[in-house]
Amino acid sequence: MSMIEVRGLVKRFGVKPVLLGLNLQVEKGEFVALLGPNGAGKTTFLRILASLSRPTLGEVRVAGFHLPHQAAAVRQRLGVVEHLPLLYGDLSAEENLRFYGRLYGLRSLEGRMGEVLDLIGLSHRRKDLVRTFSRGMQQRLAIGRAILHNPDVLLLDEPHTGLDQDACQMLDATLARVAGEGWTIVMTSHDLARAADLATRFDVLSRGRILSSARKQDLPQDGLLAFYRMALESQTGGGR
Amino acid sequence: MKNSSPSLWKATLAIVWKDLTAELRSRELLTSMLVFALLVILIFNFALELDARARANITAGVLWVTFTFAGTLGLNRSMAVEKDRGCLDGLLLAPVDRAAIYLGKALSNWVFLLIVAGIVLPVYSLLYNTNLFQPGLILVILLASEGYIAVGTLLASMAVQARTRDILLPILLFPVVIPVLVAAVKASSGFLEGLGWVDVSTWVNLLIVYDVIFTAVSFMVFDFVVEE
Repeated sequence: MSMIEVRGLVKRFGVKPVLLGLNLQVEKGEFVALLGPNGAGKTTFLRILASLSRPTLGEVRVAGFHLPHQAAAVRQRLGVVEHLPLLYGDLSAEENLRFYGRLYGLRSLEGRMGEVLDLIGLSHRRKDLVRTFSRGMQQRLAIGRAILHNPDVLLLDEPHTGLDQDACQMLDATLARVAGEGWTIVMTSHDLARAADLATRFDVLSRGRILSSARKQDLPQDGLLAFYRMALESQTGGGR
Repeated sequence: MKNSSPSLWKATLAIVWKDLTAELRSRELLTSMLVFALLVILIFNFALELDARARANITAGVLWVTFTFAGTLGLNRSMAVEKDRGCLDGLLLAPVDRAAIYLGKALSNWVFLLIVAGIVLPVYSLLYNTNLFQPGLILVILLASEGYIAVGTLLASMAVQARTRDILLPILLFPVVIPVLVAAVKASSGFLEGLGWVDVSTWVNLLIVYDVIFTAVSFMVFDFVVEE
């Protein structure tokens, strides 16, 4: 079952085109790493999937619902992690989750908060204000916020940005646990090594188009860098 | 387990609860509004060496200048908190009617402005040796601040997208709230001078009409304003 279906997606800001007829299909349970250079349109694409931005042309469906016409239904089934944590520093971890839980109309909120805090390894800091958290802990809590309502699809926009090596490893461990629960995940990243560890499929996006796509099992070990370079070179005709 | 989207009022109250809890902890917004408001009335007190009659005449003007500037400070800060940590995206991603986000933010901003007014009034009364605790004046403060905050919250959510948000908000806001300020000053002066209801009812009615129209319009267009 396709959780994300995108056909002929075009996005322009004024006259400036950012996405030029992008096509993508993501099946249930896949962890897709969307790779590409700066300015490729990765964040714009994720914001359209997240219903934060409207497509100029094309068809976008998330969890079977059409965007932008069924945006509220999509939002109910979507979790988003950006490089900013989307958390309130003056609220505790628990209060942040409770606030977002109320906005998503969660029924058994307290129980679910406990499960999520356990999953992201922050149960012991549940009462502490988020502004006292390290950047890495904030990002883990951001993942907790995003999965609190049990979404069908998780969108991660460069979640490792600004994290040190240890924090990245902690975040990866959290993401691996979350991925193990069977969520459909799309993650943008510049970091090929991390993407190679986490994702099950790789798509290269450049100048508003998906250039190439490969499943992890179809690539040789340590073959992601070569695949990525080849995809980018195919766009420039291989010549430099 | 699939959840059902919360009602407009539940979502609104969740946002108000979040804003009040965060502000109780940080006191950033209230402190800056309050210090600014107290400085303004102090400066007016020293700058205008007036006799008792002249003081009575300028009270309404000084009060509304103070509330307007302090309110702008609060509106800017309230939306900046949402924008700077990406929390505005967090709100927009929630499966709630976006009008609930507007209502929640507007209600919180209104509460903050009323708290500032509640502290400024006794301080002003002491400094200017005048009694401001009159039911008519309090009614005007409630009505005028509602209209001001209704428009201000909408425009603050527009201005916060710009790099020059601190100067953009007053430039956008002040021309639109001129009717509410004129009506507020006239009605406040009338009540402070002891005029009857008949003499001030025109201004109070103008405030009510302004509140209804601008709250309804802001409520309806907020979704378009925050759309990218």
